[in-house]
Amino acid sequence: MAKLWQVAKLIRSKNAGPFELTFDVIFKDRATYERVRDAKVINASWFARTYRLTPEVVSVIEYDAAAAIKVTIPRPVVSGDVDDTDVFGGQQYGPLVDLDVP
Amino acid sequence: MASEIRVLSATGILGSGFREETLRRAMAWKPDFIGADSGSTDPGPFYLGSGETLFSDSAYRRDLRLILLAARAAKIPAIIGSACTAGTDSQLERLTGIARAIAREEKLSFKLATIASEQDKGYLRKKLREGRITPLANAPALDEAVIDRSAHIVGMCGIEPYVEALENGAEVIIAGRSSDTSIFSALPVMRGFDLATVWHMAKILECGAACVVLRKYPDCMFATVTNGHFIVEPPNPEYRCDPVSVASHNLYENSTPYELVEPSGVLDTLHARYEAVSERAVRVSGSTFRPAQRYTIKLEGAELAGYQSLIVGSVRDPIILRQFDSWLDGLVKAVKERIRAVFGEAVESQYRFDVRVFGRNAAMGPLEPEKGIGHEVGLLFQVTAETQALATALTKSVGHIAVHYPVPEWSGLITSIAYPYSPPEIARGACYRFNVNHVVEPASPLEMFRIRYENV
Repeated sequence: MAKLWQVAKLIRSKNAGPFELTFDVIFKDRATYERVRDAKVINASWFARTYRLTPEVVSVIEYDAAAAIKVTIPRPVVSGDVDDTDVFGGQQYGPLVDLDVP
Repeated sequence: MASEIRVLSATGILGSGFREETLRRAMAWKPDFIGADSGSTDPGPFYLGSGETLFSDSAYRRDLRLILLAARAAKIPAIIGSACTAGTDSQLERLTGIARAIAREEKLSFKLATIASEQDKGYLRKKLREGRITPLANAPALDEAVIDRSAHIVGMCGIEPYVEALENGAEVIIAGRSSDTSIFSALPVMRGFDLATVWHMAKILECGAACVVLRKYPDCMFATVTNGHFIVEPPNPEYRCDPVSVASHNLYENSTPYELVEPSGVLDTLHARYEAVSERAVRVSGSTFRPAQRYTIKLEGAELAGYQSLIVGSVRDPIILRQFDSWLDGLVKAVKERIRAVFGEAVESQYRFDVRVFGRNAAMGPLEPEKGIGHEVGLLFQVTAETQALATALTKSVGHIAVHYPVPEWSGLITSIAYPYSPPEIARGACYRFNVNHVVEPASPLEMFRIRYENV
């Protein structure tokens, strides 16, 4: 079983505006993308568990044009507010890197 | 009507730079205008709250000088949006002042239009009462008190103020807050090119060279738009685009790659096609544009969250690190007791004391799944108070209590934290929070924006 970082050419997180956080996983090749996509290992319940949300607020989008999966969640804290740890939202993808993928 | 329009994006954000040589090459491709976005909410609420700018005047001057010289030499419009980060009136004035100074120094003359985007609080209160302000995703609650206490609220203009300015003969346009894509869509829409192709092109171009395969440094980007498709090609010979790099750009900073919401409608890229036309150029077609039922302008606001002082330190003693959580809990309690003893009960409601622990969970905070720590941790003590004087005064007490906070294993006075600075405390100044994520329905697309003209 591979880890997500081994099959992705990019895993990143970033603000989608100050109120939402978005994750992009772009795969190295289409076959792997399709395998991971169809196995649904990147899913709303994993994100809900990891980022302590309800699954209903997690949006998972399969983007075939770029062999990518995008996940958007409400930002845990609004960008730059007193409790925020990451103004750009750029270092929130850590737990995704070592995710097991088929 | 011309069969094509050529669009040059100078850089992803004005002040971040581009290569002079790339601009020269791009000008040889005969663009119909040069556009550049100058704003972003990415660096946080400080710029909208304070009116300070992301880059220095020197950085803006360098980029804007090259853009204005190239545009005036070719007699094409230069269009800059979201002046100096947040696009407040003061930031618009700042960039306009820089443009005037460049014109003087370089002996340029042009008709300048400025588009002011900062919103009148009375207007917004009225719109709120009329029910014409509605929340976007994950928006905080908005009432009249929020509007009143905001430092600045800006509206993100669509293409219409740019089109108005262009129709009135503007040769250089500098706008306050603007949708990034409107900077690049206005002239092509005005010339009659189809909306879907134009808005998709604008989305790809607004980040400059971000859509190349490997972006090593900020630079220019170029698109040729015809009805039905556009071709994107980097003018820098070291860069190339491929279908995946261009398609991937739709993912960036966007909650979905399939929709881009603009004041006048939604670009839908679900059926877009990305085809290589050479080793380095990509043809894009097949998007659709759904006109909006109601025209809306997005609002951005920021309010003062307080003033902060900070202390940075680190802990290396393995004895402390083995009991780090209980040591830190005790330290926080001791700090708060000392603050109460010095400043009285009344201070309790006037400050917050927070500790960030680098090496444990500084990046993810309470969401961090890993619990371990390494051979040292970094500490950031953070005091937030209603005035800078109070924040700094409290932080001085924090520094002294914390640095000697004991562990049971060592008898005698210890110094348990390494401070790299004297004094340890740093006054960070005012900090702000974003407090508006809403759209408003204006009576017309121009109602919220003030266009002024001057001959420079």
